Amino acid sequence: MDILIINGLLIDPAQDMEQTDALLIEGDTIQGIIDQKDYTIKGDRALVNSHPDRVFMIIDASGKWVVPGLMDMHTHLRDPGYEYKEDIVTGTRAAMTGGFTSVCAMPNTRPVNDNKSVTRYMISKANDCGYTNLYPIASITKALEGSELSEIYDLVDEGAVAVSDDGMPVSSAGLFRKALLYVKPLGIPVIDHPEELLLSKSGYMNEGIVSVRLGLNGIPQTAESVAVARDILIAGETNSRLHIAHISTRYSIELVRWAKKRGIPVTCEVTPHHFSLNDEAVEGYNTNAKVNPPLRSESDRQAVLEAIADGTVDCIVTDHAPHSYDEKEIEFDKALNGISGLETSLGLSLKLFHDKIISRKRLVQMMSSRPYEILNIKDKGSLKTGADADITIIDPGEKWTVDKNMFVSKGRNTPFHGMELKGRAVMTILGGKIHGSART
Amino acid sequence: MVPGKGIIGLKYLSRKEIEQIIETAFSMRDVSRRSVKKVPTLRGKTVVNLFFEASTRTKTSFEIAAKRLSADVVNFSYTSSSISKGETTIDTAKNIEAMHPAVFIIRHSSSGVMELLSRHLKTPIISAGDGTNEHPTQGMLDIMTIMDEKKRIDDLKIVIAGDIYHSRVARSDIYGMTKLGARVYFFSPPTLITDDFATLGASITYDAKDAFTDADVIIMLRIQLERQATGLFPSTREYSRIFGLNAQRLKLARPDVIVMHPGPVNRGLELSSSVADDADHSRILKQVENGVSIRMSAIYHTIGEEHGYTDN
Repeated sequence: MDILIINGLLIDPAQDMEQTDALLIEGDTIQGIIDQKDYTIKGDRALVNSHPDRVFMIIDASGKWVVPGLMDMHTHLRDPGYEYKEDIVTGTRAAMTGGFTSVCAMPNTRPVNDNKSVTRYMISKANDCGYTNLYPIASITKALEGSELSEIYDLVDEGAVAVSDDGMPVSSAGLFRKALLYVKPLGIPVIDHPEELLLSKSGYMNEGIVSVRLGLNGIPQTAESVAVARDILIAGETNSRLHIAHISTRYSIELVRWAKKRGIPVTCEVTPHHFSLNDEAVEGYNTNAKVNPPLRSESDRQAVLEAIADGTVDCIVTDHAPHSYDEKEIEFDKALNGISGLETSLGLSLKLFHDKIISRKRLVQMMSSRPYEILNIKDKGSLKTGADADITIIDPGEKWTVDKNMFVSKGRNTPFHGMELKGRAVMTILGGKIHGSART
Repeated sequence: MVPGKGIIGLKYLSRKEIEQIIETAFSMRDVSRRSVKKVPTLRGKTVVNLFFEASTRTKTSFEIAAKRLSADVVNFSYTSSSISKGETTIDTAKNIEAMHPAVFIIRHSSSGVMELLSRHLKTPIISAGDGTNEHPTQGMLDIMTIMDEKKRIDDLKIVIAGDIYHSRVARSDIYGMTKLGARVYFFSPPTLITDDFATLGASITYDAKDAFTDADVIIMLRIQLERQATGLFPSTREYSRIFGLNAQRLKLARPDVIVMHPGPVNRGLELSSSVADDADHSRILKQVENGVSIRMSAIYHTIGEEHGYTDN
């Protein structure tokens, strides 16, 4: 479809651009910005001088932001294998509702995405749905067992964009080092779930005042930071690309800052729950706030916010981890880790802008252009002429209340139920195809 | 005390509520000391002991307490059988609730399970200990034992020594005792506590002299031997030498110090036999007696208040 989006605030970090103008889309490609004198509006259609033979559908984005389609590079779509928690249909549709045009799916499915038939299945199912692009992340090791490398070249040929043993960290430093070396010619990052299990395994929440009060065994901050230090040093030595997932502690952040200063090829991501909540959210044994890494102290949360503001953090991801009711409404120590995050991520992230912690442009960078860059995905994450027509239109001022019962995702496990947020996606365009507003 | 709501943690009770339960417990103790140890208060009511974790002493104490109030007592022990059948804790409790008990006495190995079950059950719950969180009747029987002896709690130096990190007794003790104005000290190897425990209102010390000097009350906690295997302390020998209580250390305390222990005691580990058996100072069996009284009182305040607890 040919579309002209008018009156919107176009925000494109890749071009360092922020201006109110019209954006022209022809077919599945962005044709650039055009001036008001270059088109005329006739009803709900526009005639564009440079394309006299075509009729463009008008989208009036007055008061809205028009940004390159949002990308969530860390989700768990549970398909294949755990479709009772989520499947690719509901997961990508939830992503679309949350304003995303692309998601990356982690490999902890059943079977694990350690072979190309699973990778192919995921991509083709998502393409059949057409709600978002899906880029699988394959496992580093076979069956996530941490003993032998997966056939990573095969998986990348089939469409995997990175490797990770997310949720099941590669305990062996030796094997992790081999993985970083092995993938170098592919140019893909190894996504690190930084956790030293010997430090974390007996804990159920962040170790601190709240864990003492609740009588829950704590997970010390070092369970993450020690692993971050280890993996940064290995990335430095091998000069191979490391992406650190869901960073959550002050020391982890200081280590990343140090590594970046040293020129070590490291990037990192944070989740909305880690920058929005601290461990007090667990009070009352709220299993919807049980997540790995755990919600940290307020001091750690502040460190995360500082790192978002100063650029140490590369991107925002959801770590969308849907679970069923029965897996959450049980004893705290037995409840599974995870938060259903696709439909609250943008609202929570917009708060960073409303609170003047970051600019609009930086927000869009963290949620779109930067993740595409990290994953070497071309022609996305920008409004440049020639880029794919993946667009998210955001109403930054609309107030709404999180209602888990209205989630498109099967996962209703959110600690944000009832929270009032400001701003949401009202429309996504995927490859030039308009997807209904978030509320239709 | 709000009737019908149960007692799941001293963190939720006010000073007044705790004092009231203890005051009633003293009257209940008179009942236990008579030749006919029974009042008709809870005739026709069913008290369910629902124990998901092995326990003999606490279960027996609750059972005796309920029987002395004339309740019918039913014991369910779900240590492994129904869990292996795949039934959830919530389902187990709801199944028993369908049989109309008046109150649940619940013990479970998971911290916070009382809060979880409270959301799903209409029947009030009295906690008999959850995970490493709270053991409220133990906390109150400890306070009762101290009140009995010292006639006050306010400004006493109370030392709680041992595995603080994993102790539900330590948590209930400190919630209750600080509400009543005590100065509480935690004495423990640094591997069995964190600095954050100070936020509960305790002073933390790693030094026996510091801990025991001028103490009015010493509560020794049971050391679980499996903690040694996980590297939390090197040997029972060293634990007992550095962190245990013996006759010599007891001399640091005030002459009228009392020594308590929630039991079962590891003789020669956290507590030397000479101190455990020292009739002048040890109040360990007194705690057991008061335990029944506190549990009678707790059950009474939860479900029996409208009936009164006298015979006439």
